[in-house]
Amino acid sequence: MDNAQLLISGLANGCVYGLIALGFVLIYKATEAVNFAQGDFMMLGAFVTIGLTNTEYMGLPFWLALPLSLGIMAVFGYLVDRLIIRRLFGESQTAVVILTIAIGFVIRFVAGLIWGHEPQTLQNPLAGKEVRFGGLVLGMEDVAVIVVTVLLTWGLYVFFSKTKLGLAMQGASQNQLAAYYMGIPVKRVQGFIWALAGVVAGIAGILFAAKGSVDPTTGLLGIKAFAAAVIGGFGSLPGALAGGLIVGVIEPFASRYVAAGYSQIAPYGLLLAVLIFRPHGLFSQVRVKKV
Amino acid sequence: MRIVFKTDYMQDIRPWKDIYQLGLYLILLVVVTTAPWWLDDFYLGELTNVLIWAIAGLGLMILTGHTGQASLGHAAFLAVGCYANVILIEAGVPFLIAFPLAGIITGIAGVTVAIPALRLHGIYLAIFTLALSVLMDDIIVLAEPVTGGVAGKYLGGVEIFGHLVDRWATPDQFFWLVLGVAVIVTLGYINLLRSPLGRSFIAVRDSEVSAQAMGVDIAQTKTISFALSCAVTGLAGALMGLYAGAFNNETFSVVISIQLLMMIVIGGLGSIHGAFLGAIVIGFLPQFLSISKEYVGAVIGGNTVAIPGLEFGIFGMILIAFILFEPMGMYGRWLKIRTWFELFPFYRKDMFKRQKSYLKTERLR
Repeated sequence: MDNAQLLISGLANGCVYGLIALGFVLIYKATEAVNFAQGDFMMLGAFVTIGLTNTEYMGLPFWLALPLSLGIMAVFGYLVDRLIIRRLFGESQTAVVILTIAIGFVIRFVAGLIWGHEPQTLQNPLAGKEVRFGGLVLGMEDVAVIVVTVLLTWGLYVFFSKTKLGLAMQGASQNQLAAYYMGIPVKRVQGFIWALAGVVAGIAGILFAAKGSVDPTTGLLGIKAFAAAVIGGFGSLPGALAGGLIVGVIEPFASRYVAAGYSQIAPYGLLLAVLIFRPHGLFSQVRVKKV
Repeated sequence: MRIVFKTDYMQDIRPWKDIYQLGLYLILLVVVTTAPWWLDDFYLGELTNVLIWAIAGLGLMILTGHTGQASLGHAAFLAVGCYANVILIEAGVPFLIAFPLAGIITGIAGVTVAIPALRLHGIYLAIFTLALSVLMDDIIVLAEPVTGGVAGKYLGGVEIFGHLVDRWATPDQFFWLVLGVAVIVTLGYINLLRSPLGRSFIAVRDSEVSAQAMGVDIAQTKTISFALSCAVTGLAGALMGLYAGAFNNETFSVVISIQLLMMIVIGGLGSIHGAFLGAIVIGFLPQFLSISKEYVGAVIGGNTVAIPGLEFGIFGMILIAFILFEPMGMYGRWLKIRTWFELFPFYRKDMFKRQKSYLKTERLR
């Protein structure tokens, strides 16, 4: 029973990692760039919602603040692409990596200026409620996290594999020039995907802030989400979720059964092992390139 | 407008372009060497710090700037160098032997990292090294009997030929030690770039496929690049340990890794000058910010409030500005200005325009 409880809480945490990883994968799938600031996007989404909802700030009703903050995050994601990332169109991946790290620094700084450096929790209607399930006690938030994540991953997966726009995005990532010739508005597609990544980060942030507390350094969680994305293989949406769940489940079990000090190494150790033995993730999509 | 006429094949082989360039750098060297006589102790300490960062930057520049392998984990190698140096000194090895040994040990550590990392490209390598840097923190804590764990280690001055070299007691000597290392590393770097090895680094950076076609052994070249890069970084780490005096697992955190990479980007990737220019920005930014905060506070009349995270915020903004407007960094800007003067009426805007490459993925779906 103890293990089941650990498993459930691990799954809930893993879903948050999975959601951040989903943001990485979205952007990687459509632009082949990696947004190192995705964790900070999530932190920003959490703080925007806190700013709208919590009584010490604006005090809007939760269900009104929810779409509002997701809208803000979409606009924010779009603007980041429109004003900054798009100028790097046609430059190396490494430049985008460094640029997004810098954006993360700036977001952390600005969030600290606006909302302070104290940990804060989102006031939400689910807080404090519990679900009892055959002897297991689950927080309502944990259930919400798991449900929302699974639905979102499924929705995005269908979007990418079935809809015209989703296929256009994949085309844009595989060969920008060819996609352009085929009439895909590559730049607009890129803007859209950043907006989408902003929304996903917003959802992740809201769920995270409802479950625990956020402060400006929460974005560093993104490093763990990297582990999730890499384990799942960058470029695979279900893989990102699976990777997130693996990392999330390993953590509580490692901290329970492995000596202190070794336990926090577990996710990174797994990351290194995956990178060494299966460099493109467990759900690999890369074959050897032929010249 | 100045034209260098080439009259001799030796001119292409010499590390300096012409006698003026050589003279300029010699004057710079003399000015810097005499710094202890015209700088007060505080700024001398800062200058020492800048030089140490510059050495670390040179180390990373070999790997990232000239071999094109982005590393977000070089703080781990700073840590290896620092701890190796201290542990050797504590074991009774004299500094003059322990210091190069620390570099060699770090180089070997770099090779052990390079072998699995050889299969990784671009962002995967960046993530790999990032994870390495995060892990280093935990490894230092776990290896407590050797590293002192969370309590850390302490290193006073060291003795070289009976002279005490210490950051606080004898800042002049410490400065000269760091300067000497910096000069030796820089000269080595200049010569590396002239050698076949350095050329093959650049070939690997620009195109692995064409480098391979020209007979460059990619795996071997990358491994050597890792080894050299980590060895130099290890030397910088050893000096950083001396400079800090006391250090523990948190001294060489991921943030330092990221800062190091950002530093060489601001300075200018792929140039020796870039490491030094970037180090100047990193080294003096905190001082500059605190001075300007006092100044602003005095003008507005308010009290000087401490803004946490200001340094990183400003740093991030500078970096974004550089990547957007001057991807070649400070050294790139300087090259443009110099070319403008050298070619005076003939400079054209697109002279430094870069070839754009459009994306083709290696994924199938």
